[in-house]
Amino acid sequence: MFDDFFIRALVAGIGIAFVTGPLGCFVVWRRLSYFGDTLAHSALLGVTMAYTFDLNIAISVFLISSVIALILIQLQKKTNLPGDALLGLLAHSSLAVGLVVIGFLTFIRFDIMGLLFGDILAVTTDDLFVIWTGGALILIVLKLIWKPLLASTVNYELAEAEGLNPDRAKAIFTILMAAVIAISIKMVGLLLITGMLIIPAAMARNISDSPQKMVLFSIIGGLLSVILGLYSSLEFNTSSGPSIIAAALILFILSLFKIKQSIKLKN
Amino acid sequence: MNSNNNILVKLNNAGFRQSEKWLVEGVSLTVEKGKIVTLIGPNGSGKSTTAKIALGIYKNIEGSVEKYTTKVGYVPQKISIDWTLPIRVYDFMLLTETIEDSAIDEALSLTGVIHLKNKNLGSLSGGEFQRVLIARAISKKPELLVLDEPVQGVDYTGEIALYELIKKISDTLNCGILLISHDLHMVMTATDHVVCLNGHVCCSGSPIDVAKNNEYKALFGEKASQILTTYEHKHDHVHSDEGEIKKN
Repeated sequence: MFDDFFIRALVAGIGIAFVTGPLGCFVVWRRLSYFGDTLAHSALLGVTMAYTFDLNIAISVFLISSVIALILIQLQKKTNLPGDALLGLLAHSSLAVGLVVIGFLTFIRFDIMGLLFGDILAVTTDDLFVIWTGGALILIVLKLIWKPLLASTVNYELAEAEGLNPDRAKAIFTILMAAVIAISIKMVGLLLITGMLIIPAAMARNISDSPQKMVLFSIIGGLLSVILGLYSSLEFNTSSGPSIIAAALILFILSLFKIKQSIKLKN
Repeated sequence: MNSNNNILVKLNNAGFRQSEKWLVEGVSLTVEKGKIVTLIGPNGSGKSTTAKIALGIYKNIEGSVEKYTTKVGYVPQKISIDWTLPIRVYDFMLLTETIEDSAIDEALSLTGVIHLKNKNLGSLSGGEFQRVLIARAISKKPELLVLDEPVQGVDYTGEIALYELIKKISDTLNCGILLISHDLHMVMTATDHVVCLNGHVCCSGSPIDVAKNNEYKALFGEKASQILTTYEHKHDHVHSDEGEIKKN
């Protein structure tokens, strides 16, 4: 069944959408889109490391992204630079270092376009295993930290005062972000992963009135984007990442009509 | 450690410093089951800081905090909710603890906002939101309630009703309350212990002791002191229509 590259891509994409849906909601709520971007940019370094030391790409990307997240936390504590400057610094320097390292690795043929924008031909049966087991683990952990994470998203002090340990939830969430980037990089590409996190969640925000509903609609939006995007990628011979993100954008635009309606109803 | 089983939280000479500036220092106080401890003091005197020290929100403190309960309900003074998160009153009630629907309804009814249960939190007025905050804190039946100016923005009649509710909750749940309030009538009628802050503890004791204290008078003025003393006065006699004094 997984012999067909397209079926493999579809199964991989569906697995990714289940994970990016709920995580994307938290990215939107906690204003972490640029943070997600930074981790994704640093993923290139992870990919080069995987080729150099012959590691699994997902594991290697996960490790590098986690290290970058730790460095960010340290820099936030030790410098007076604003958060967005630090994020920009880490995002672009890790991307640059990654590209420089690729320049040195002349013995390997790199498909830079595939890395940046995703490549459905690259998804192997091993990748499916990594995406689905990794994805299931991410969702289980997210379920476990759901309450403290949501509570501290609403109000940090309330969560802390009532004994929910928001700092621990935040640290775990950072690791989950690195993990979701690691499992989706091949499919969506490192420049577009944040789009996969944010756009379905933003679409869901337009049509939901509770956190749970937003998560549900965000997953559905992600699934539709993957299916529509991959079919059009096959049809028009376009890169998988941009096709998926474009499909998500169309869904987002459609969701705007719902807002218009509800505003009309209020008036 | 806990020789008295009724103690819920105890501050020993506690203080908190933020970038070399003391927000508050040298605070010692104890909140016991069924008792209401009120913090009063001018703006910037460290009332909210003291509450946050007691709650364990501030970590790097001077002195020490002993906390003997984990069932805490908190009504913060300022709460800013980011409206990128769609959240109804109902979801907000379940934010830190899973509680039964009946308990949610009961708490929302007590604070008079049951009709807002399915409204989006962002659509509430300041006073309505404050009532929801109180309902959320009491619905989990906490052992320790920390209320930081809980009735701000609530209309006058609502204010009195909510203060009566807080008193009732302290009696029925037998929970300890740490209250920050500017309402000196409330301080007088319902409070067991008053701590007057001005960067440090300027005086503390029963409401009437504090009212008579010279430092309190210097801080709040003679008038505030009179309000408190008049208030106590009111309890041992009533005035007849002719102005004649009748002992209770």
